[in-house]
Amino acid sequence: MALLQIAEPGMSAAPHQHKLAVGIDLGTTNSLVATVKSGMSTVLHDEQGHALLPSVVHYKPDGTVEVGYQAQAQQSHDPKNTIVSAKRFMGRGLHDITDTSLLPYKFIDVPGMVQVETRAGIKSPVEISAEILKVLKARAEKALGVDGGRGELTGAVITVPAYFDDAQRQATKDAARLAGLTVLRLLNEPTAAAVAYGLDNGSEGVYVIYDLGGGTFDISILRLSKGVFEVLATNGDSALGGDDFDQRIFCWVLEQAKPAPLNAGDTRLLLTKAREAKEWLTDHTEAQITSVLSNGEVVNVTLSGTKFAELTQHLVAKTITPTRKALRDAALTLEDIKGVVMVGGATRMPQIRLAVAEFFKQEPLTNLDPDKVVALGAAIQANVLAGNRSDDDLLLLDVIPLSLGLETMGGLVEKIIPRNSTLPVARAQDFTTFKDGQTAISIHVVQGERELVSDCRSLARFELRGIPPMAAGAARIRVTFQVDADGLLSVSAREQTSGVETNIVVKPSYGLSEDEIFNMLQSSFSSAEMDKHARALREAQVDAERLLEAIDAALEKDGEAMLSADERAVIEAEMDSLRTLAQGTDNHAIHQATEALNHATETFAARRMDASISKSFAGKSLNTLDI
Amino acid sequence: MQDFSRNHFELFNLPTQFGINLNSLDQHYKQLQSEVHPDRFAAAPIDQRLRSMQLATQANEAYRILKNPTARARYLLHIKGVDTQEESNTAMPAEFLMLQMEWREAIEEASAEHDIAALDKLLQEIHLEARSLQQELHGYLDENHQLAQAAEAVRKLSFIDKVRGDIELAIGKLED
Repeated sequence: MALLQIAEPGMSAAPHQHKLAVGIDLGTTNSLVATVKSGMSTVLHDEQGHALLPSVVHYKPDGTVEVGYQAQAQQSHDPKNTIVSAKRFMGRGLHDITDTSLLPYKFIDVPGMVQVETRAGIKSPVEISAEILKVLKARAEKALGVDGGRGELTGAVITVPAYFDDAQRQATKDAARLAGLTVLRLLNEPTAAAVAYGLDNGSEGVYVIYDLGGGTFDISILRLSKGVFEVLATNGDSALGGDDFDQRIFCWVLEQAKPAPLNAGDTRLLLTKAREAKEWLTDHTEAQITSVLSNGEVVNVTLSGTKFAELTQHLVAKTITPTRKALRDAALTLEDIKGVVMVGGATRMPQIRLAVAEFFKQEPLTNLDPDKVVALGAAIQANVLAGNRSDDDLLLLDVIPLSLGLETMGGLVEKIIPRNSTLPVARAQDFTTFKDGQTAISIHVVQGERELVSDCRSLARFELRGIPPMAAGAARIRVTFQVDADGLLSVSAREQTSGVETNIVVKPSYGLSEDEIFNMLQSSFSSAEMDKHARALREAQVDAERLLEAIDAALEKDGEAMLSADERAVIEAEMDSLRTLAQGTDNHAIHQATEALNHATETFAARRMDASISKSFAGKSLNTLDI
Repeated sequence: MQDFSRNHFELFNLPTQFGINLNSLDQHYKQLQSEVHPDRFAAAPIDQRLRSMQLATQANEAYRILKNPTARARYLLHIKGVDTQEESNTAMPAEFLMLQMEWREAIEEASAEHDIAALDKLLQEIHLEARSLQQELHGYLDENHQLAQAAEAVRKLSFIDKVRGDIELAIGKLED
């Protein structure tokens, strides 16, 4: 059909013209850029031969910006203007960042995303990330000879943690645009790693990607068959990574050495020493941590590998719970897993490898460089997306990591798209008005696994206006959620009887703390019982409110005419008692009082019914009635 | 190119019936996605990208429904003009209700005793019950055209799916 004939990607360009596309791994600690050259995915190096670009941005006194190793060298000297791990702040509000006391930055709490005050002005994490992307873009253009007339960069695939939510994904896409890159796709990091691994090894079967980076943890389970990479389930913790292991060492050093209160430069220095010790312990049994603080004080302690493993035991355990959940979501057992691929620099830690081997009862696969594998996979995908199709066509079927839902009456979540649905996905849900004559409905979109809105992450609120006034329950509002292949959500709503439509792309203005995401998923299991009670309570309260409102309206209209003072007093007493109970938490009592009130108003209701029937029958003979 | 006005079965070149070959479903689904998926149109103009997203979304939805026996039977009945009335019709044979209650009690008991093995065993038992209902559905839908019975079997399976979900939730809770 027409669509495919026109759109066959790559066919519009001359067949010999290879389109230049890159894959970028925008990491918490390090970033990389890779491309496919002569059929091989290759990481591009800077002029000094470095593949990694430290994800560090330094705003210099002379007004220029430096990124990477030079910036990293400044972090102890000029900590306030040297931003490391900006990825952790992407799509996040200040209240989401739990360790601000350990960070040397001057954070600005603005609605939406947190910002950092530097000598170059107030910078958002999106701008800071864009600086990193600009350097990688320049590196790619140089290596690919874009300046030398070999055409221009068609676009880039940027990787994100699989467990990134809508706000974090949107922020990443914005950063790429700010850097002047055309984003071909946001690709989940573990999926990118699977592509690099799977194609390299010609693998078939079910593989687990265990991806522990500098600041994020992802677990993805994929089925590989004939070039199709199908994600079966994903889980993770978007606030757990190598940085947390550094923090543990840092805290331990402080406990051991008990230095005088540190300034920002000292903190940064000791965190760097902690990271070096962690890396040293990969191949050694103990690490010496020595440094001279700004006040001349000397810190000198020795950390053994055993002690390090003990200090970080709970962090390692925090990766196993999501792993178990992903397996269950994928309806698989350990025997189904053909291999476990280790991704991310933090998987070099021996205690991680040990824990993974123990859990899966097999040695994890480490034959690809865990720092590079994500960028290599992203480059392969970028090459396909740009239209440089190879014979062995590759298809990635990825999923949404967290469920999406809408707020309904009483602060409950109506789940619309369950987690692990294959992308792209759309789901429609009908809602109705709650009051007579209601002309607007407010729609609140949330992401998370819990039943109460307050326990999920709020993504967006919008209003559907201009609903024609109708009786309660008569309007039909159909809300459609569409999540695209980048994992980004758009929502449209339409009133079915009138055709009024609002269409919005959800741009979340604030985010969940990383802990919140983890806790959200975890507590959705552990507090299912609590949720059940909360749900029953809300339902009872909503029922009670509805009834009270209806009786109030009826009393106002017909109470005078149809009830004696005594009759009215009885009803009002029951109403008062229900109102009081509805403030409490006993759903059974509310339910009983609602029943009692219903019972107390039966006579009144019957009289109103009779009156309304005689009114509508008035003046009509039986044969004109439509019976 | 695919004609998306066709029903979900036709979309994947499958006969419109309850009994389908799941391998064939998988193959046709992947074949279709490899044609319409947004990754094939990443560098195409916006209207083609949008169209591709719609088609890929539809393919995912159709696949999701056909892969799941309960959803597949419900959809098949819908095509045949039968509403399964899962919300409104809660009348169930007494013995099925008894079974339900036994399962619920078993879940509570096993949860209280932190017995994951018992919950797993229960899952398998329920899986067998679901299997036998699916066998019945095959008879009602593909052989004898007994649609009312088929709708009742779907209602039962719906119940069973709910119980399964609760067991998985309970297991997740114990594993934490």
